[in-house]
Amino acid sequence: MATVTVPEEKKIDSTPAAPEESKPKTITLRISRSNPSENLETKFDEFKVPVQKWTTVLEAILYVKSNLDHSVAVRYSCRQASCGSCGMKINGKPRLACYTKISELDSNVITIEPMNNFPIIRDLAVNFDQLISTHKKMKPYIINEESEVQPGTKEFIQTPKDLEKFLQFSYCIKCGLCNSACPTMATDESFIGPQGLAQAYRYTADNRDQGKKDRLKIVDQSHGIWRCHFAGSCSNVCPKGVDPAMAIQLLRGYLLGFRK
Amino acid sequence: MVIKMRESIIMKIHYGTALGAVALVAVHILMRMSQKFTDSLAYQNVMANYHFLPYALMLEVILVLLSVHGFNGLRVILLELKQGVTYERAINYGSIAAMAALIAYGSRTILMAGMGMS
Amino acid sequence: MAERLSNREGIKGMANPTRYGMERFAYWLQRISGLGLLAYLIGHIYETSTILHGKAAWDSMLSLTETPGGHLVLVLVIGMCVFHTGNGIRLMISEGGKGVGKPGQPEYPYRALSLNSKQRLCIWVSIALAALAMMYGAGVLFGD
Repeated sequence: MATVTVPEEKKIDSTPAAPEESKPKTITLRISRSNPSENLETKFDEFKVPVQKWTTVLEAILYVKSNLDHSVAVRYSCRQASCGSCGMKINGKPRLACYTKISELDSNVITIEPMNNFPIIRDLAVNFDQLISTHKKMKPYIINEESEVQPGTKEFIQTPKDLEKFLQFSYCIKCGLCNSACPTMATDESFIGPQGLAQAYRYTADNRDQGKKDRLKIVDQSHGIWRCHFAGSCSNVCPKGVDPAMAIQLLRGYLLGFRK
Repeated sequence: MVIKMRESIIMKIHYGTALGAVALVAVHILMRMSQKFTDSLAYQNVMANYHFLPYALMLEVILVLLSVHGFNGLRVILLELKQGVTYERAINYGSIAAMAALIAYGSRTILMAGMGMS
Repeated sequence: MAERLSNREGIKGMANPTRYGMERFAYWLQRISGLGLLAYLIGHIYETSTILHGKAAWDSMLSLTETPGGHLVLVLVIGMCVFHTGNGIRLMISEGGKGVGKPGQPEYPYRALSLNSKQRLCIWVSIALAALAMMYGAGVLFGD
């Protein structure tokens, strides 16, 4: 029979300390404005925005859209770092706007620009076509001749240890921050990029998958995995702990014969 | 004629040449340190080095290893800077040509000095 | 124009070592030192070829390189060589999938395991060895 230990009763202070008061302050939001379909000019518009210590950059941008200038173009959706829509360059570094609090930036002037290495649609919204098409090229699905859905076939059993080999890489939300920070992506438009390479590893490391040979062939080309030089910038900016740099080095281990 | 070598093979060569060069360059530098540095560069001492066959062979190997490693490194940097079929082909063949030219020029020195043709 | 449309950072972004931590700085140093060493290799092969023109040509080449400026270049080459070797060995081992951490369940605040203290230590050791070698080299070259 299971025994449950009941914690000792603690005296509750009848006069709890008042929550720390958040002093509202005003910051300057510098938003990059451009519309490449009309001209190649880029300018910065400045907005004064009241913020609390919990205000996120996305909330500040939405304040601008609601109250100061509704024409600012920004892509966002979930507001909780799950959809990967609101990636942008905040004070020089790619971050998710919904996941970055103004207070953590330690500055009264916040400069917001569209992510580098992605074509600009307008203002802060960038085009994800290349990222999505590269992702698809990595065959991001289980390749296995047998199928769990076919009657008479066994289920694919996976131990927690098997799962751990790829779990963190499956948390990728395709926000593109890693591709934006990558030094190779800065100049090499044909490079697969950390996002695609990490996904190639995610499926290759899955013990249900039989597509390792195909994927290794895809990444082992002149603008493939070898154009990564382990600068680690992708992992430095990843908001989900995917650690693309680790995935790329582990994937390379297969090609160098260190992994089977 | 298009030479196609898988990038993983090229990179294995890159790593191999690096490791080989590290070991041999260490010997090369130690040879300079075996006597006073300025003395080691005196004409007769350097010529004696070239006349000593094992050392001359080692210089030749270092020359090949470093040329391959160095120009492949440059090829990688240049391939990442700009893309395009013509440009990439020019870089690939250009780096092989530069490698060969440097090896040929260095080998000429080793061979001629070794044979006392100076 | 094309760069503007694609919004790529370009060479300026690639060559900027100030963001994204120590590993990005090491990437930059590795590139710079590699290019410097290749330039030195070409120069070194050219300078040694003067020996084929006799003692006078060799001595006149030495008089050009055996100067404080020439020694300074050599000291720099020693530093680049040692750093490029040390950091290169780190990269070779890491690129084989060793020392980059073990995949698992990421925990908040999601620090990347591949950017671990062992990697940083190796970078610092490479820098320190390069500095020591430069000091030793300077002692030998300028002490003569």
